[in-house]
Amino acid sequence: MNFAASDLPVTPGTPATPAELDEDPKHTLKILVAGGFGVGKTTLVGSVSEIRPLRTEETLTDKSAGVDDLAGLERKSTTTVAMDFGRLTFGGGVRLYLFGTPGQERFWFMWDQIAYGAVGAIVLADTRRLTASFASIDFFERREIPFIVAVNRADGSRHYTIAQIRDALDVDPHVPVMLCDVRDRGSAKNVLVALVEHAIRFAPAPGP
Amino acid sequence: MDAPRERWTGQDAGPVVRPYALTGGRTRPRGAPFDLVAILVATGKAPGERVRLTREQRRLLELCRRPSTPADLASEADLPLRVVQILLDDLRRLGLIERREPEHDRARPDSRILMRVLDELRRL
Repeated sequence: MNFAASDLPVTPGTPATPAELDEDPKHTLKILVAGGFGVGKTTLVGSVSEIRPLRTEETLTDKSAGVDDLAGLERKSTTTVAMDFGRLTFGGGVRLYLFGTPGQERFWFMWDQIAYGAVGAIVLADTRRLTASFASIDFFERREIPFIVAVNRADGSRHYTIAQIRDALDVDPHVPVMLCDVRDRGSAKNVLVALVEHAIRFAPAPGP
Repeated sequence: MDAPRERWTGQDAGPVVRPYALTGGRTRPRGAPFDLVAILVATGKAPGERVRLTREQRRLLELCRRPSTPADLASEADLPLRVVQILLDDLRRLGLIERREPEHDRARPDSRILMRVLDELRRL
């Protein structure tokens, strides 16, 4: 057997150089990207940030029993869930992390974990399947997490105005609704800017 | 001889150990799990004489010599996030790692830090 990895000495690190210290994380912030399969979460995260592999192994409880793709499995089993995970590293040790998770209710235990202390959430929607966004919107409204709705301009979705989409989604008037193209870095960046601007209105004042 | 019908050893067992085998079957940490972006760092203490760390625990401890987060650690160690949170909880209990920021810093970010992020995003 190979124990090479176990033989690594575990010793206190050597002092970091000033340049290294600057790269160490000092302020870490999270943003959720919510939306159904195929709506463009992965593309959005990849357009604007350094994308990193991340998976989690979760225990599915009987809540998910009856779901098609789990039919025939035991009532309680584990499943590997791939998460979209992106990171933006700014000066002064500021890091912004993006987490995209599947939109179905059976993954909401993950959302709760990510949502705690988050800047806010981007609900990525697709006009062909607007109803798929209702559950996400409801989730963030109930938990009073700042969120915006970004409608990915996929094929055939250009005929709708923001007002029409807002009407269809029935979101509060203060919730920003915008169009975007997740493939475009500038557009993806504007979505993040819009969310942070929105979140600032609800943010606590700085401490002493 | 009634040998087991399937006997997986060596390479036959495949490249992947079932993730929760790495945690001794535990599926959640004993304490509250670390936040995904909590900043963790090794305390620099040596594990006690009688402490036997697993290969994965040693790997995570090694990575924690520089401040890092559970999400980054899971990505770098190529281990599932939930498994990493359990192993990090073990390391915390052994006094080998600690959070770098106080607990209350995990509340929603304040307007000052958000303004800073906004400036950075606009400059992208």
